[in-house]
Amino acid sequence: MSETILEVKGLKTSFFTDDGEVPAVDGINFSVNEGEILGIVGESGCGKSVTSLSIMGLLPSPPGKIVGGQILYKGEDISHAKESRMRKLRGNDIAMIFQEPMTSLNPVFTIGEQLTEAIRLHNHLPKKELESRAEELLKMVGLPRARELLKEYPHELSGGMRQRVMIAIAMSCDPKVLIADEPTTALDVTIQAQILDLMAKLNRETHTAIILITHDLGVVAQVCKRVVVMYAGKVVEEGDVRDIFNHPSHPYTEGLIRSIPDLYSKKEKLYTIKGSVPKPGSIKQGCLFAPRCDYVMDKCWTNAPELVGDSHKSRCFLHQEQA
Amino acid sequence: MSQSVQNGAAKDLVKEKGPLASALTDFWRAFRKNKPAIVGAGIVLFFIVLAVFARFIAPQGINDQNINIRLEPPSAQHWLGTDDFGRDIFSRIVFGAQLSLRVGFLAVIGSIIFGTLLGVIAGYFGKFIDTVISRFFDILLAFPSILLSIAIVSVLGPSLNNALVAIAIVNVPVFGRLVRSRVLTVKEEEYIVAARSIGMGNTRIIFNHILPNSFAPVIVQGTLNIATAILDAAGLGFLGMGAQPPQPEWGTMLSASRQYITNAPWTVLFPGLAIVLVVVGFNLMGDGLRDALDPRMKN
Repeated sequence: MSETILEVKGLKTSFFTDDGEVPAVDGINFSVNEGEILGIVGESGCGKSVTSLSIMGLLPSPPGKIVGGQILYKGEDISHAKESRMRKLRGNDIAMIFQEPMTSLNPVFTIGEQLTEAIRLHNHLPKKELESRAEELLKMVGLPRARELLKEYPHELSGGMRQRVMIAIAMSCDPKVLIADEPTTALDVTIQAQILDLMAKLNRETHTAIILITHDLGVVAQVCKRVVVMYAGKVVEEGDVRDIFNHPSHPYTEGLIRSIPDLYSKKEKLYTIKGSVPKPGSIKQGCLFAPRCDYVMDKCWTNAPELVGDSHKSRCFLHQEQA
Repeated sequence: MSQSVQNGAAKDLVKEKGPLASALTDFWRAFRKNKPAIVGAGIVLFFIVLAVFARFIAPQGINDQNINIRLEPPSAQHWLGTDDFGRDIFSRIVFGAQLSLRVGFLAVIGSIIFGTLLGVIAGYFGKFIDTVISRFFDILLAFPSILLSIAIVSVLGPSLNNALVAIAIVNVPVFGRLVRSRVLTVKEEEYIVAARSIGMGNTRIIFNHILPNSFAPVIVQGTLNIATAILDAAGLGFLGMGAQPPQPEWGTMLSASRQYITNAPWTVLFPGLAIVLVVVGFNLMGDGLRDALDPRMKN
């Protein structure tokens, strides 16, 4: 069993707006082991991105603020670390790739300039080595004609190529943890698979732990070992990917799995979970999923279930009663 | 689809020249189509040549007086006539181009430096510092610009250099606001968050990522503002708050000769024409630059 490298303990992140405090992430716990790929799944607006920005210390503040809990990186609490400390960690220890490869690169600089800039931030290398390192990185992420590519501008590259460049930039200083915030959402399906393969390959080769944030359970099934399902700022289920796919123990996870379109299904209508994620802070009492749940019981409206279980945890009365 | 094919074809052409050259080629292609802009650039170039080679172009010195030929109309020997001291007006206008262009360029460069600095600080850091800087801009902009320049010059004392300083100060908020608004947009771009996520600090982000992406409108505004700065300097000169006689500054020349407007109109006509020409030139060129640099105008 490898060691835990990043642990999130009871993290609470709120946005302070004119209407008062809005809790976007409400006491979540999870941990990532060295060299592991952890999936975080959930619908839009359930707090996935806020979680990743909290870890990176990149929350737009104000209005966002971490109001409770700890983020332990190698045992050090970085949830309220100084900006200077965070700057050392970012890139070097924890790096991130974003959803939109089209806008994550600066349009006025060449790929080479942006890539070497990233390397230069944390390492002092002579110019020759910088260039060869940049070229090597581009080759590592599977980009052909790396040498010419260094001189090209972002607009000359396709979306998939840009996302590869973003991954190269993120990997440039050998981070221990890579947070990938919906890295494949903006790409078309064939490219999605390639990018996922690439991330799995990098994970095997460099032993970088990856937190893969997505709303697509199919993506998780493809590359992750463990998965955390989030709903409305809380973790509702956590466990081994196979366990969760075979025996989802929270109705929300079950709904997500049923929503994956099946090629061989004869049904005309695709399954959807009715309603949408509640506005953070709008449900004051009971289970947050109750209004959308197919199995809702009386006590779901008044009592909030706890996250229970050992390796496969879930937050639902349905399965706690069976246990 | 056809566009991407075109881009592909264009890319091959561009390859050999390198990216900067290709950007310049694109820019030149767009600029060249704009006839008025070419005329404007021609006028500006003409005055720059006059200023640079004034010593070789001007047939006489600035202050070569000859009382026997005072107020003579334009002739083969004195192309634009002579003034009340018998000085050759053409020579004075040629040397005046040095003064006017210097004021125009230096004042605008000064405003750009300070305006950009303040604008970036206000836009990037926001909050209290933004309020302070923005209100300061508002206060400066609340005064009519010529009135504010007069006030500043009366504190510093009338001279061409002080007029330059005054014009620079008056135009700081123009650039400050422009840069601030660009920075507000650019800093929300994802590549800025991405830059942070690899551990980049504020200074680096500002200089490497925000400024280069905010500068195109500043260049355009700068060109247009050179015209205003020259006009303001001439205005201050005319009011006796700028260049002092016998300096051949165009506004000062106008002012010194205004009593001869009826019997020797060339003494005011030609300095006035020089001002009009150079201002029109910079304005046409500035408009052309704006259109050529505006990404929305590209097809």
